[in-house]
Amino acid sequence: MQIWLDGISFVMFIGGGAFVLIGGVGVLRMPDLYTRMHAASLTDTMGTLLILGGVIVQAGFSLAAIKLVAIALFLLVTGPTATYALANAALLSGVRPDAQTLDGESAS
Amino acid sequence: MTVLFGIFLLTLLVIVAIGVVRAENLFVAVMLTGIFSLLMAANFFILDAADVALTEAAIGAGISTVLLLGALALTPGQERRLRGGRWLALGVVTLTTLSVLYATFDKPRLGDPEAPVHQHVAPWYLEKTPELVGIPNVVTAVLGTFRGYDTFGEVIVVLTAGIGVLFLLGLPGVVGERKREDLESGRTYLGHHLIPQVVGHLLIPFILLFALYVQFHGEYGPGGGFQAGAIFAAGFILYALIAGEREALAIVSPRLLVTLMASGALLYGGLGVLCMLLGGSFLDYSVLASDPVAGQQWGIIIIELGVGVSVAGVLLAIYHAFAARGH
Amino acid sequence: MYYVVSLAILLTMILALVRALLGPSVYDRVLAVNLFGTKTVLLVSVVAFLYGRPDFLDLALAYALINFIGVLAVLNFFQNSERNMAKGPAENRKEAG
Repeated sequence: MQIWLDGISFVMFIGGGAFVLIGGVGVLRMPDLYTRMHAASLTDTMGTLLILGGVIVQAGFSLAAIKLVAIALFLLVTGPTATYALANAALLSGVRPDAQTLDGESAS
Repeated sequence: MTVLFGIFLLTLLVIVAIGVVRAENLFVAVMLTGIFSLLMAANFFILDAADVALTEAAIGAGISTVLLLGALALTPGQERRLRGGRWLALGVVTLTTLSVLYATFDKPRLGDPEAPVHQHVAPWYLEKTPELVGIPNVVTAVLGTFRGYDTFGEVIVVLTAGIGVLFLLGLPGVVGERKREDLESGRTYLGHHLIPQVVGHLLIPFILLFALYVQFHGEYGPGGGFQAGAIFAAGFILYALIAGEREALAIVSPRLLVTLMASGALLYGGLGVLCMLLGGSFLDYSVLASDPVAGQQWGIIIIELGVGVSVAGVLLAIYHAFAARGH
Repeated sequence: MYYVVSLAILLTMILALVRALLGPSVYDRVLAVNLFGTKTVLLVSVVAFLYGRPDFLDLALAYALINFIGVLAVLNFFQNSERNMAKGPAENRKEAG
């Protein structure tokens, strides 16, 4: 039984670690602010879910598991909100998406 | 492994510190300070100092960024170029660094059981806490009762800092000529952003609940008055951000804030005097109940409450002082 | 297996830090700080189990709850400096370097 649980969380850890790392690379390498934000937020959500899920499997039914579920929920709710707030602030002060990354008609 | 984690985090810490110094845009410096604080908290955490890490998390991650942004709103965004005095500063810093480096040669290794800290009072605290105070978290016992004077001093320092800020900036309706009604509505808040509104209203109860948990769970796990006060303040600051200054001040009025600031410290000091009246010495809680251990526990709960109230009041008052002043 | 995932998180912290130091706009830095914050929550959660100290999850919980107040404060800050044209955001937006 334990080996199965370990296997499940190992797979989740690997997946989560990969997502997190890809997100980090995306934040570093994407060409403009909005694409970077996309890389950060999307993989952030998946990475968070998988890694915390892996830890929850290890924790079993305990207080720690409940706390982890709460952490995951809070991160899932606040992450997109933070991204919204950031994108809004950027748009408000005139940062436009890089025209190169859009279709021709939007380039202005 | 602890050492590896520590070296890694400390290296990043140095890089961030250099980044903060080199940033000429002050907003950038504030953001990098946020990262610095996150790294510091992770470092404390790796070293098993959960109480300190929680304080750093509560203060550094949320509140100091908010307060620094509030201060930045009152100042120009760029650092002014300094002329002269650089060589002197460089000399002083180099000298200090070299002497600190020299001093570290005498430092014991991390976790060395022969180190002076582990020979002096620490074993006594660890040994006597279950017997004299009867709570699992030794840090809370040390802060609350063994070193109760120091903690009282810290509360007074926090209170003094709060009073100083209020004298400089004023708090509408209490200090300074501004009145609470003068606050232009809709200025410093996120009223028309629906998503932060909804999420914020959703989170505030949890933040306050968590603050209560940290406040009253400090005897068993990491936490206590300082952390809880900071988290409480963070919850109310979130409300002020999403519902507006005026709404927030209508719920916790400036006068109430000032009262909270003072009454927390007063509760702490008053308990000390009460102990004297009951025949003990100042802040000796054993006399509070017939059983000395129960008395100690009561004393710790009450002074932690005082600390929490005072810290929350001071942080909120400082925030409102900045926010009311902005522009 | 905890080590593998902590390593991935630590590497991501470095990447976020590089982005925070490079900029170029202030918003990139805010994004990096936010990413750094969530990565700290994950690191603390994982290391709490690595060290067998599930009690310390309180710390991660505190971060998860409080971290985003900072981002809202940033939004508020820019909104205000937008209104206040005297020292408009242009200066903030196009910082040198």
